[in-house]
Amino acid sequence: MIENVTPALIDWSRAQFALTAIYHWIFVPLTLGLSFIIAMMETIYVRTGNEEWKRLTRFWMTLFGINFAIGVATGIILEFEFGTNWSNYSWFVGDIFGAPLAIEGILAFFLESTFIAVMFFGWNKVDKKFHLASTWLVAIGANLSALWILIANAWMQNPVGMVFNPDTARNEMVNFREVLFNPVAVDKFLHTISSGFLLASLFVLGISSWFLLKKREEWLAKRSILIAAIFGLLSSLLVAFTGDSSARTLAKTQPMKFAAFEALYDGKQDAGLVGLGILKDSEEEEDTKKFKEFLFRIEIPGFLSVMTDGSRDAFVPGINDLVYGNADSTVLPVTEKMKRGKIARDFLNNYKAAKIQNETETAEAIKKVFQKEDFLNEYFRYFGYAFLDKPEDAIPNVAVSFYTFHLMVILGFLFILVCLIALYLVLRDKIEKNRWFLRVAFISIPLAYIASESGWILAEMGRQPWIIQDLMPVSVAVSRISAGSVMTTFILFAVLFTALLVAEVSIMVKQIKTGPKH
Amino acid sequence: MTTLLISYLFLQYYWWIIVSLLASLLVFLMFVQGGQSMIYSLPDTDLRRSMIINTLGRKWEFTFTTLVTFGGAFFASFPLFYATSFGGAYWVWIAILFSFIIQAIAYEYRSKPANILGKKTFDLFLFLNGALGPFLIGTVVATFFTGSQYSLNLLFSVKWATPWHGLEALINGRNLALGLAVLFLARVNGLLYIINTVDDGELLEKSVRKLLINSVSFLVFFFFFLVTLLLAAGYAVNSETGKVILEKYKYLHNFLQMPLVLIIFLAGVVGVLYGIAVTIFKNSRKGIWFSGAGTILAVFALFLVTGFNGTSFYPSSYHPPSSLTIHNASSSEFTLKTMMYVSFIIPFVVAYIWYAWRAINKKRITGEEMEGEDGHVY
Repeated sequence: MIENVTPALIDWSRAQFALTAIYHWIFVPLTLGLSFIIAMMETIYVRTGNEEWKRLTRFWMTLFGINFAIGVATGIILEFEFGTNWSNYSWFVGDIFGAPLAIEGILAFFLESTFIAVMFFGWNKVDKKFHLASTWLVAIGANLSALWILIANAWMQNPVGMVFNPDTARNEMVNFREVLFNPVAVDKFLHTISSGFLLASLFVLGISSWFLLKKREEWLAKRSILIAAIFGLLSSLLVAFTGDSSARTLAKTQPMKFAAFEALYDGKQDAGLVGLGILKDSEEEEDTKKFKEFLFRIEIPGFLSVMTDGSRDAFVPGINDLVYGNADSTVLPVTEKMKRGKIARDFLNNYKAAKIQNETETAEAIKKVFQKEDFLNEYFRYFGYAFLDKPEDAIPNVAVSFYTFHLMVILGFLFILVCLIALYLVLRDKIEKNRWFLRVAFISIPLAYIASESGWILAEMGRQPWIIQDLMPVSVAVSRISAGSVMTTFILFAVLFTALLVAEVSIMVKQIKTGPKH
Repeated sequence: MTTLLISYLFLQYYWWIIVSLLASLLVFLMFVQGGQSMIYSLPDTDLRRSMIINTLGRKWEFTFTTLVTFGGAFFASFPLFYATSFGGAYWVWIAILFSFIIQAIAYEYRSKPANILGKKTFDLFLFLNGALGPFLIGTVVATFFTGSQYSLNLLFSVKWATPWHGLEALINGRNLALGLAVLFLARVNGLLYIINTVDDGELLEKSVRKLLINSVSFLVFFFFFLVTLLLAAGYAVNSETGKVILEKYKYLHNFLQMPLVLIIFLAGVVGVLYGIAVTIFKNSRKGIWFSGAGTILAVFALFLVTGFNGTSFYPSSYHPPSSLTIHNASSSEFTLKTMMYVSFIIPFVVAYIWYAWRAINKKRITGEEMEGEDGHVY
């Protein structure tokens, strides 16, 4: 049995994780947002005592339950896959990464699962206020769950608050606050949950529009649209604001991802932001997979520079600058980073050798080097580069990064408009007359999912080859299993998830068609 | 002051206790799985099957969440175990995962119209999870005592020494005995839970009858595992040199050298037996409280025996120096301490779970409830 690290093993392991994450993310954003929408509806019911609002609450709650179960099922696999498929990663960063995961379980999952039981089974068993409180706690619990896993993910994108311990050959946490308030984590959390709120709002808006198109349940549909439009509009603005802030942070923490999603090869001052564009393979370069150029583009002049540093004079490094270096703007070439990474790796190997041979003095001397700030900042921070074969390995898939980014942004702006129009029409009580808009709202449902998945594909594929930015490439993190085994489990998961998704969608459609119970 | 009291060593013990506690809660909560493994054999009508599935279904998420939290806490406090066992014993963990994915949706989807796969398939999912989940988890936990075949290199990267990647645990008699013991214990607890929560005379009678055979099966496998455990050699770690050696009667020594753990263990076994006995001989419907508490105590003690007193909790029979202990596999002192502060919230979590559980279980499940329009019925 071949258990060496082969490209096939890395690809199948990545494919399996991507499959699980993408499936998981079909269900989570709806949970994040719909839980709050239900809580708002139930609040109105408890305040007014109007049974119609209870009927409305329960209708959306049924859809929530169908969606929730499958999110839970895919979530547990993600958690365990860190160990099963990325075992070296689990050790290298488990000291930092594990903590948010454990806290998530203790603080958030129990909150969610305890009160979801009350929410579903408690209508006739507990009083109205306890039930309402439970519904709110489910919403808070769901969003708290997202908080902790996003802190963990943000740390992979921008590792902070740790030192490397050569004895254990791993990174160890020294500052929990830095991990929690990692700027990437703050942006990521707000951007992710607000996008979940937006997706759920568009879901409610779209389905309610379908009811209006069918001339059914008009009272309930209009109330749902009102809530969804207000919540959706506020969320969409927050999505835009936090997206902008994420991009600014990204320019500093992951400049390669930043350059890749704009397909910016040669860095410049007064760089424009591409609003729309189509890429083609570059003819000049040999490795056409990695090098692209524009077939056509529409650009907002100077805006990318402004995003980076608040001024049009700001220099935005391109992919070529980041790979081959740029002396003027002090960007280190990847070859230099590889050299420094290898020096850090040699220090670690020499330390291990000295320990085995009981050369205590040598070992102590090397260990002291690992505690020096200069060494950490100038050498160890490039540790992962030691494992790259060639500088171009540091380039992510530019086409995927570019298209997912632009798709997400364009759709994001479209959704602001959809929510705005919905709010205007429902307040003017003209919504059912504008059937074109009802159709647009309905089509927005799949678009919201596409935008949401695009965001994650950009976040994760845009940072390749890193599993932990600059410190560990995926090739080092992967578990030593045969590629065939991972391929087999990939296929098993793919078949099972797809079967469950088909069942889920079918049940959901049936419940929607049946409509709220009387 | 606190830094003096809370040493690294203390934190490693503390977190092993938390992990043991979560493991013991998980085994108790697998009464849900135990019950699921009897959905074909226990009820004689569809209505009764629905009643069983619904009473279990109101608790499935607790089991699931405990499993997830157990995984998260284990990762955070002993990441080398996570890296070694999950990455090495790949297939057995994947099998466990599979058995749990199919559970999560089965409850919610089984009786929904247009569910594509059909009620029978979802019920089969419940059965498979019920039978395989406890059995596989029990088998894997047995390797904490019997050992696995792996080695770690200088950078702590795991190499599994068999191509079976974890499935080899299934051909060891002692592992199988614990797997089956956990399965039958889950079934015993499942029956006691059904007896406690369902209002149906015939179901009650049948459950009590079934309890006897399941209890005997549990005891046979459990005592087989226990006796072989007490007679077996175990991997002991020298606290000064860190060297791992095979010590005769290691686990027997652990029980004798930690009398409090022995007392907890015996109290647990007595609790389980008492829970069974009052149900069979006194027609009590409260047996689950005793057997549940007993399960928690006994499993908790077994976990302490495998981790404390200089024992390797995840030994490598292939390369003993690679064996994991609560000292060499743990997170850093800083991480353990940070998480310890977070763990102080656990009593609060337990309190609200208790409160919500009581609120939902006040009334027993009846046949009418299954057909009523007002509830959320699985």
